[in-house]
Amino acid sequence: MKYVDEFRQRDLARTLATGIAQAADTGREYRLMEFCGGHTHAIFRYGVQDLMPDNVTFVHGPGCPVCVLPIGRIDNAIALVKASDVILCTYGDMLRVPASGRNSLLKVKAAGGDVRMVYSTLDALNIARDNPGHQVVFFAIGFETTTPPTAVAIRQAQAERLENFSVFCNHVLTPAAIQAILSSREGDAAAEVAIDGFLGPSHVSSVIGSQPYEGLVARFQRPVVIAGFEPLDVMQATLMLIRQLNEGRCEVENEYTRVVTREGNPKAQALVAEVFERRPEFEWRGLGLLPDSALRIRPAYADFDTERRFAVPTIQASDIKGCECPSILRGVKRPTDCKLFGTVCTPENPMGSCMVSSEGACAAYWSYGRFRQTAGKAPTESAA
Amino acid sequence: MSDPGKRFSVKLDTRRGRVDMSHGSGGRAMAQLIEQLFVKHLDNPLLRQANDQAAFNVPAGRMVMSTDGHVISPLFFPGGDIGSLAVHGTINDVAMSGAQPLYLAAAFILEEGFLLADLERVVVSMAAAATAAGVPVVTGDTKVVEKGKGDGIFITTTGVGQVPDGVTISGDRARPGDAILVSGSMGDHGVAIMSSRENLEFETRIESDSAALHGLVAAMVGAVPGIHCLRDPTRGGLATTLNELACQSGIGMRLQETAIPIKPAVSDACELLGLDPLYVANEGKLIGICPGADAERLLAVMRAHPLGRQAAIIGEVVEDPDGFVQMETAFGGSRIVDWLAGEQLPRIC
Repeated sequence: MKYVDEFRQRDLARTLATGIAQAADTGREYRLMEFCGGHTHAIFRYGVQDLMPDNVTFVHGPGCPVCVLPIGRIDNAIALVKASDVILCTYGDMLRVPASGRNSLLKVKAAGGDVRMVYSTLDALNIARDNPGHQVVFFAIGFETTTPPTAVAIRQAQAERLENFSVFCNHVLTPAAIQAILSSREGDAAAEVAIDGFLGPSHVSSVIGSQPYEGLVARFQRPVVIAGFEPLDVMQATLMLIRQLNEGRCEVENEYTRVVTREGNPKAQALVAEVFERRPEFEWRGLGLLPDSALRIRPAYADFDTERRFAVPTIQASDIKGCECPSILRGVKRPTDCKLFGTVCTPENPMGSCMVSSEGACAAYWSYGRFRQTAGKAPTESAA
Repeated sequence: MSDPGKRFSVKLDTRRGRVDMSHGSGGRAMAQLIEQLFVKHLDNPLLRQANDQAAFNVPAGRMVMSTDGHVISPLFFPGGDIGSLAVHGTINDVAMSGAQPLYLAAAFILEEGFLLADLERVVVSMAAAATAAGVPVVTGDTKVVEKGKGDGIFITTTGVGQVPDGVTISGDRARPGDAILVSGSMGDHGVAIMSSRENLEFETRIESDSAALHGLVAAMVGAVPGIHCLRDPTRGGLATTLNELACQSGIGMRLQETAIPIKPAVSDACELLGLDPLYVANEGKLIGICPGADAERLLAVMRAHPLGRQAAIIGEVVEDPDGFVQMETAFGGSRIVDWLAGEQLPRIC
């Protein structure tokens, strides 16, 4: 596909791999957190780690939309389906995320609940138009990338007076998460060195621009290079990070210039600002309660806010015992550090959210990379 | 009884009529449906005998039997429909043993209210597929369920076939050093189906690859009787089927991503939908595993057949106690090609 294949070229990858190997100082480690699940997916699907020298490693960040949603919010969605007889529309990945009591939206659907997978918020609007006798709730999740389409749906619903439509808003903000990850390491000498720099969000940055990271870089002295989701993007951004670290620079750089500008997309930002406002705080799986880290629907659009239309209690649900998703989402632990990984927790039977989506670190490790664990002990040679 | 052709005073209305409960009741309406629709189109001497079973002579040697339920939505899709699919699916399951398929049986579960015009379209398509394949539908059954308890029409077909002497093909026979071949491009059927689903509707010229593969198999077995495994990568696609074979045989596999044929339109559609074409279903393709020394000969025979023109050697069988299917990516790295977990769901970002 044009504009995609160009960023997956093998020859360019080899050239970049050579450049990275030459640039990387063998006397030090480079631990780079790829913020987004999209990066994690690309690294595993294309085998990018194989092209890196041993001292350049990727630490998987929390930028997987389903991974950071606390269990309580999924419990809320399940309760809406069961108790209020609503049609719940959501993106595909959400269906399998484990909720309390080993439940999930997929199980609720199998038990007769009306849960529908949609590709876009506009599909949810269509379902509301086609089912005037039912309340239709769109389970909105995601970072800044998926927020503008939700804003469009809410505005459209108001314009049409689509009274049976509402949005259960769970949109979260990226800079707050980066700040939380870096803040949690302050004062902890051991943890503080664990991340040398960030591969910054790609699609998110197309909306918010590169500017919001500038304050974080200055405060925490960790470079950020905004990187696209194709494997060559990841490699190019890695090289840019290594160069910054070698030269002692600490800046926001933009590898993804074909999409991201410093200012971002002002139309999308205006749309989001019109429909949403910041919540004082919001719970993130793995990161806890973070101030100014999520959005809610403004009073002007209150008619389309599920949390105002239905009783949606705050549910404090705890993770399954032994599940290391919270530490993995902070980059403190690797999937293989979790006792549940690959034993009771697999993509067929996920215990934690990181095992659900292919953007989740655990699912990516398991589905694409688990041969690396056994490569040392297997009698056959490891993959070329 | 008078002339059997005049048993029914009014002809079955296959233009505006619908299936109703009486079509499954065992009475005159059911007899009329069978006679004026099923037997009319699927006609052959065994079916015409109108028994509850078909009786035929059994050849000497090994026989195989397979059954397959078909529940596809939508019923009609680019390149086929549930009728042709029900014929091809079972013929292929029989043929993947190396057998020559001989006869089919078909059971129809119809939902009350289903248009007789659609039913006729499906049965005509089945008849055409069966005739083209040379494998007649010799017995059948019809049931009707109440409205809301089915999805228009479900078809289960069962097939029997005869395995040529000296051929032993089974999923547990792959050995290190064997070559892995596919007969053509992967993912066409699944993408054609998705493109015609209501909530997606994207424009593509991709048609389902639905086809009966026993002719191709006969050519392959004729040239290389020592083929170890054959399987058609239907649900779960190439990736899942290879994992099944690796598990059955207790071996690993090493694939070359660049060698796997995938049409650009299929990979583009998958790119847009966030899907992996290796997990997308096929209905007219097969995987063959044979000793490495026979691979080129097998490939040449496949490419000489109309259904194998795009055949390719995509990898090799290796020793691996973990049973991993690994792939060298087109990008130059390596990764596991795992079982499909749950349903393939689109990613969010």
